[in-house]
Amino acid sequence: MRNTWLIARRELASYFTSPVAYAVTAVFLVIAGYFFGMILYYSRQATLSYLFYNVTTFLLVIGPALTMRLLAEERKSGTIELLLTSPVRDGEVVVGKFIAALVLWALMLVLTLVYPLLLRLYGNPDPGPILTGYLGLLLAGGAALSLGVLASALTSNQIIAALIGFGLTMLLWVTDAVQGVVSGPVGSFFAYLSMASHFDAFPSGVIDTKDVVFFLSVIVAALFVATRILEARRWKS
Amino acid sequence: MIQVEGLTRYYGSTAAIQDVSFNVRKGEILGFLGPNSAGKTTTMRILTGYLPPSSGKARVAGYDVTADSMEVRRRIGYLPETVPLYPEMSVRAYLQYMAALRGVGKAAQATERAIEACGLGDRRDMLIGRLSKGYKQRVGLAQALVHDPQVLILDEPTVGLDPRQIIEVRNLIKGLGGDHTIILSTHILPEASQVCERVMIINKGRIIAEDTPERLTTRLRGGSQFFVQVAHPANGAKKKLRGIAGVVGVTEKEHGCYEVDAAENADPRPRIAELVVGEGWGLLELRPVSMSLEEIFLTLTTDEQAAVSEGD
Repeated sequence: MRNTWLIARRELASYFTSPVAYAVTAVFLVIAGYFFGMILYYSRQATLSYLFYNVTTFLLVIGPALTMRLLAEERKSGTIELLLTSPVRDGEVVVGKFIAALVLWALMLVLTLVYPLLLRLYGNPDPGPILTGYLGLLLAGGAALSLGVLASALTSNQIIAALIGFGLTMLLWVTDAVQGVVSGPVGSFFAYLSMASHFDAFPSGVIDTKDVVFFLSVIVAALFVATRILEARRWKS
Repeated sequence: MIQVEGLTRYYGSTAAIQDVSFNVRKGEILGFLGPNSAGKTTTMRILTGYLPPSSGKARVAGYDVTADSMEVRRRIGYLPETVPLYPEMSVRAYLQYMAALRGVGKAAQATERAIEACGLGDRRDMLIGRLSKGYKQRVGLAQALVHDPQVLILDEPTVGLDPRQIIEVRNLIKGLGGDHTIILSTHILPEASQVCERVMIINKGRIIAEDTPERLTTRLRGGSQFFVQVAHPANGAKKKLRGIAGVVGVTEKEHGCYEVDAAENADPRPRIAELVVGEGWGLLELRPVSMSLEEIFLTLTTDEQAAVSEGD
């Protein structure tokens, strides 16, 4: 637990000493701001629901951007050898890295709280869907980041890690399309795996336990696989 | 402190090391000498718990490296061949992080101690990425020392340094012996003889010789070694053997058995035989100890000049 925290703290500091955190946050805020303005202009509604749906698509890029470095760079620079010969468990390394990325994502979401404040100033938004929407974004973001960590465990090349992370998140986002092709239990299984369908309820103010459990399961499973990959690497070469 | 028994590690079907066995006493500095890809790094990685052995056993401070890996890791400081550093961290932050990861209670104090020991005082707040290669190497060494481990494992600790830095790092390592048990690897012969109390030569994954640096150097430099067994050695037999022209060293193996080191291009066998017969000790055996060290010697870096230009 203490080691996980140490690793997360170092990783978070390193996000801010390199330009990564600033670049990703800046791009995210510019695009989110643009969407917020446009949606408000066209819909004339004091709601963030549409924005929340749009932000989930940003995750396809932001997830890999924040996570591609995490393990790939340790492997490339050889510092992985240092971590894995210190009295630290492989799982602690993986979870520490994930927490750092999740904290950064949460900070980015905190910066977008300007939007509901603006709505509050000029209109009368319903706070319920806004809060649940943010919870949904935190969970979906966590899932995307955990898949990115998994991808980063696979390779020492950051670009490849980013691409794999993007591919995994994208696929898991749209698996419900399979339902139209294959019916029956297989179809419903793929429909269940879809992150998009599990996100849908959050921006309308509904917290379904099934959805929360789904995202948490994705996170746990991805981090578990990432840990096994790290162990397997150690046994092989 | 370190016991290694029949250690073997395969990568696919090729063996990186085969049936490696040795012991290191507490406080001793042992050198692994061998050409590149001889299996030095693999052996070290197994000892540090980074790689598991395919077969064989290794114990560090009484703990098995596979079964009690965490206990072993707590007691080992490791400097891998590519110095593992985070360029975006300051020297101090990096060392504190490593100290904390190894469970040091007072990480700040431990960091100061390591900074002093490695002569990093005026660089402590610099970013590691901005340091020169020599200083980076010292930070790597400081990292291995920061938790005051019982055992230090240093993989090619002087590679890529300039001559002055090499001397500094060697002196630093020598100074650490006694309190710490140290294994260091090198492919530079003079380095092994200056720093280590005992040297093991590894080639193609096997240990082919193990001796004090002085004796190994003689053997490597083309000197030869002979085995002599006599039936009734008198007192002072060793001394008399040593007195023969062309003999540079004598070791008594067991009662009546001696290993005689001869100087380069000298063959003292006729004189040894004369002496033994003349003294009436009863010659039982006199034969050259077979060695294939010359071959290995050719692949080693033997003079400092070459070692330095290699690092550039």
